[in-house]
Amino acid sequence: MSLSKIKFDKKIVLSFWIILIALIIAAPTLLPVFRLNLLGRYLSLSIVALGVDLIWGYTGLLSLGQGIFFALGGYCAAMYLQITSSSEFPNNIPEFFALYGVEKLPFFWEPFRSPVFAFFAIWIIPALVAGLIGFLVFRNRIKGVYFSILTQASLLVFFNFFNGQQKLINGTNGLKTDVTQLFGQMVGSESMQRIFFWITALLVIAAWFFAKWVVKGRFGNILIGIRDDEPRVRFTGYNPVIFKTIVFSIAGGLAGISGALYTVQSGIVSPQFMTVPFSIEMVIWVAVGGRGTLLGAILGAVFINYAKSLVSEALPASWMFIQGGLFILVVTALPEGVLGWIQGDGPRNLLQRFGLKRKIETYPSLEVNNKEGNNE
Amino acid sequence: MELLLDSLFNGVAIGSVLLVAALGLAIVFGLMGVINLAHGELMMLGAYTTYVTQLIFKLPVLKPFYNSYIIVSIFLAFIVSGVVGILLEKTIIRKLYGSPLETLLATWGVSLILQQFVRSVPLAYGTGLVISLLIGLFLPTTFPSKIKESINFKYFKFSSWIFAALTGVLTGSVISSSVSKLSRASARNVDVTAPSWMRGQIEIIGTAFPKTRLMIIVITLISVVAITLFLNQSAWGMRIRAVTQNRQMSDCLGISTEKVDIITFGIGSGLAGVAGVAVSLLGSVGPNVGGNYIVGCFMVVVLGGVGNLLGTVLASFGIGIMTDLIGAGRLLSIWPDMPLPLSNTINFFATTSMARVMIFALIVIFLQFKPTGLFPQKGRMVEN
Repeated sequence: MSLSKIKFDKKIVLSFWIILIALIIAAPTLLPVFRLNLLGRYLSLSIVALGVDLIWGYTGLLSLGQGIFFALGGYCAAMYLQITSSSEFPNNIPEFFALYGVEKLPFFWEPFRSPVFAFFAIWIIPALVAGLIGFLVFRNRIKGVYFSILTQASLLVFFNFFNGQQKLINGTNGLKTDVTQLFGQMVGSESMQRIFFWITALLVIAAWFFAKWVVKGRFGNILIGIRDDEPRVRFTGYNPVIFKTIVFSIAGGLAGISGALYTVQSGIVSPQFMTVPFSIEMVIWVAVGGRGTLLGAILGAVFINYAKSLVSEALPASWMFIQGGLFILVVTALPEGVLGWIQGDGPRNLLQRFGLKRKIETYPSLEVNNKEGNNE
Repeated sequence: MELLLDSLFNGVAIGSVLLVAALGLAIVFGLMGVINLAHGELMMLGAYTTYVTQLIFKLPVLKPFYNSYIIVSIFLAFIVSGVVGILLEKTIIRKLYGSPLETLLATWGVSLILQQFVRSVPLAYGTGLVISLLIGLFLPTTFPSKIKESINFKYFKFSSWIFAALTGVLTGSVISSSVSKLSRASARNVDVTAPSWMRGQIEIIGTAFPKTRLMIIVITLISVVAITLFLNQSAWGMRIRAVTQNRQMSDCLGISTEKVDIITFGIGSGLAGVAGVAVSLLGSVGPNVGGNYIVGCFMVVVLGGVGNLLGTVLASFGIGIMTDLIGAGRLLSIWPDMPLPLSNTINFFATTSMARVMIFALIVIFLQFKPTGLFPQKGRMVEN
């Protein structure tokens, strides 16, 4: 896959960042509350998309179970919020427990009384679970489609577990966060939501830089090597299992952060986050945006979700058709995604078709790379 | 003893639904390395075919034969799902050969479209569409070879599609005007009622078994036997096995792998349709009916491996029996005075959803020892 990037002037890059930051700061005043909240949610979803891009776009592992880690992060955040706001309820435990006659807090809730623990749990627990699942699967050289359907099955298992355990985590009703308190403020309140939006925007940028750092250098090269020819990586003396496990748990951690941000902005976490369609949707955001291009994952997540909300408001029934069509179209006609197409030879080929650009006589990527002084 | 028999029967009943659903998936996966995420929706089409057949058999003309509608619908479901499968193979899957992950995503897209299609298109016109697909795909192949070789064949093909479309619209409107239940689109679940001879229970060795369950076991048995015979006795079966073993070599030896792919995919999808008939006997039929079974089928394929149908059979019955043992907490009734912590654990897992959790954990443990399933395909490649 040729990823010949267009090199920009430093001034342009700088002004781009200034405009972006200005937009983020100004967004709460520009957008109505409802749209701001939606944008914040979509931005938080773009973090999980970054994780999907790391494991699928760069390493070639198609996980259909990112919803597990997304929901785990959400549950960690919601558990902390519920328990810190439970002082006025009987037994000092969250309200819903009374519905099922539970009087003693289940043991795994206990550590969530500490904000520090909750802060780390949000990303470490999903990362650990991902690492464990990944290790058990990769260790046996299970890959490709097998890996995908195993992740899907584990997603369903987690869904069943969370859905069925009313007495532990309120089962199918999920945990509400919008009426809980954080630092003396209502989480669902407008001022809190504004802060969450800024936190989300900052974290998206941070996650983007983090993902860029992950795929840079030798680690990233090995990931791409695993994607393109895993046996060769193994024969060269690297152990793919370690790299795959690491990148899978990184993606899990990102999904956890994303889930926590999504939860506080949508006001509830429920097993619905672990349904099969939602996890596959995450893949399509990356596929449309352009896999192997981190920016594409972010843009894909935001734009497709935005389109989804627009279409669902206007014609509810047609979204499934559009989404299904997108899946088919993007894998058959546009396998590199929109951004990959722009960065690759797409526009050039299009111009050539209309005779606007001279055809390249030699092997295309060779000439393109030379022209731009790109030695990759 | 009676309890054990009961458990065994229940397990076999659960397993046989899994088996007939997973059979097609396993064959296709073995041959093409492709997991068809739309398999569940092909099952759904089979279930809806049963429903439509049932309603059509209630028409005065066919009323005398009403009791046999279930037999007819098995064949119809096979054909309907098979045709949709063939179309799917011809239009999408063939283009993605060699990239199984992309195929996975594309078939998911197909499954979304099929689900929404059932929700928003009246079943009568859906039936019409299937009929026109059937005619359009197969009418050109029935032309004598003289026409096929002529330059005008393209026109014949084209006009046969027009004929197909007209017939489809005609049947659609005829059905829609004669069966009112099929004339409106609805996302609600529908119910298939079993014919009178299949209702009630039958007594074997002192235990009562529901007849519908027995019927499902019979359907499964027939499907497995038929597929085994087809794969092992017929010429095309031999070709399918050859391509499954080594695609390039078979291609070199003059086997048309394209045709083998179509036939296998058609049969696999058809089996999904038959599974749909079985599923429609168990509960109500809705657009999401396939999704409830599909992950179980994946587990069967993962557990059974792709080298051998026996693996699929053993894996489905294994999963079926384990589901019943764990989900109904049977161990507790077989061994009532077990220590408390153990019985608590068993009680914790004694629901259908928790049984799934347990079974998945068991499968993952099993894969630690045999990563390629019960009967892996033998090969000397690095990748295998």
